[in-house]
Amino acid sequence: MPEDRALAVGVLALQGASAAHIAAFDELGVRARPVRSRPELEGLSHLVIPGGESTTIHHLLELFDLRQAIIDRYNDGQLALFGTCAGAILLGIDAGEAPPRFGLLDAILNRNAYGRQIDSFSKILPLPALGTELRCVFIRAPKVRRVGSGAQVLAWDGDDPILLRGSGLLAATFHPELSGDPSIHAYFLEPALWNSVRSCPARGVSIETEAPNRHVIAGQ
Amino acid sequence: MSHEDAVKVNGGGGEGKGSASFSNALTPDADFEIKVGLSRMLQGGVIMDVTSADEARIAEDAGAVAVMALERVPADIRKEGGVARMASVERIVSIQEAVTIPTMAKARIGHFQEARVLEELGVDFIDESEVLTPADNEHHIDKTMFRVPFVCGARSLGEVLRRIAEGAALIRTKGEAGTGDVSEAVRHLRLIHRELGALKAAGREELLAQAKHLAAPFDLVRQVWEQGKLPVPNFAAGGVATPADAALVMSLGAESVFVGSGIFKSEEPARTAAAIVKATARYQEAPIVVEACREAGDAMRGIAVDQVAPEAQLQTRGW
Repeated sequence: MPEDRALAVGVLALQGASAAHIAAFDELGVRARPVRSRPELEGLSHLVIPGGESTTIHHLLELFDLRQAIIDRYNDGQLALFGTCAGAILLGIDAGEAPPRFGLLDAILNRNAYGRQIDSFSKILPLPALGTELRCVFIRAPKVRRVGSGAQVLAWDGDDPILLRGSGLLAATFHPELSGDPSIHAYFLEPALWNSVRSCPARGVSIETEAPNRHVIAGQ
Repeated sequence: MSHEDAVKVNGGGGEGKGSASFSNALTPDADFEIKVGLSRMLQGGVIMDVTSADEARIAEDAGAVAVMALERVPADIRKEGGVARMASVERIVSIQEAVTIPTMAKARIGHFQEARVLEELGVDFIDESEVLTPADNEHHIDKTMFRVPFVCGARSLGEVLRRIAEGAALIRTKGEAGTGDVSEAVRHLRLIHRELGALKAAGREELLAQAKHLAAPFDLVRQVWEQGKLPVPNFAAGGVATPADAALVMSLGAESVFVGSGIFKSEEPARTAAAIVKATARYQEAPIVVEACREAGDAMRGIAVDQVAPEAQLQTRGW
């Protein structure tokens, strides 16, 4: 993020758990505003795409002409993006399943990869990049199938990456907004999020050295 | 049912493990949080009744956040009569396989064996529903005994809290299902908000009297009083037939909308479904609701609630 821009945080509020994100920012003393239309996107430096149904959120983003506007603003280096669960799915690269992805985060995420709702779970997991641990809630969660060199894994559950970042991008397969701890939301607001990404050691998932479909990332 | 019974709600199901019943509702234990988590993921969305794989696909393409699998939509249950039960296993499975969004299915009130069948099938949410013929006229299912989350209907704050005490992870305000008349959903949304306001305004010393009045467990009443809100989301259901109906219930505080007969009894279900999704997402903005109204097909004809005999009303089932 360019240094001279004021912090202005939005949470996409067309469908999904936007209120929980706004509450998490409240705890940090940051007033985040709900975003449902193009005008509400104006002037934002940060946008959360929350958990919800990725097919519904995609449908509504297209319907209200927001999808390309968000991608363009990110590519211009104006808008950092944080996706949780459904939001993380959308940030990634096309995975050969609906809905179409933004293609911004250099990773492939598959929907409902743990199974149905009865396979949803929560557990306390370490977040070494943040120097803390968190109770992570996984609800009909996606799994990261592939990580390209443009993305860095910040936390794992066993062999599964659960928290990733790219330059100006943060993605969680779980729900930090339901954990009662705003550490990850604070991390999202750090200017260092725009720093270029170090590649990380492979563990379980295939790590590609040359990212497919890699977008030009501004601010590097 | 006396107040004493009301504060000892143990539900009907389970196998002698009723003592565990309150734990989920009263402490934010992990399993309950996971269930309520899915409820939160459905906020701002439309959940559509479907009776076939084709209808389920139409719903998903229109932007539904979930589908509700059932044998007959409420308007047909009302018209045809007979005993309304859980949908057939074949029907539920074909609907599950047709879509990637969550599949809900209805079980009869108190019918914990139907609920076990639905859980075993991997249904994502069970609706213990007054639209089906109740299996138990005194007890609801002990929903704490299940890993799958439940949604239940309610007409008052007391009913909301009794269902939460039994383990419901989501409440839907009851309208009069299958009528296309939204007035009962409106009445009960307003009533629940009014009662919630009265509870929040009560003094600490009034809480036991509030619990008695609401016929709800004291600890849960106190929790809502302390937090100033319900521990689970509240959606609206029953009689929603148009985009403007959906915008109305959202404006009255519903966090999502269930649409039953309103879609597949309309003239053009795909258009009506998409229009209701649109109006729900941006219900605050009149120009968007106008667009949605233009885009919707003709609404179901419906039947006014005052034309429905009291004994034919579905909303009075459950307590």
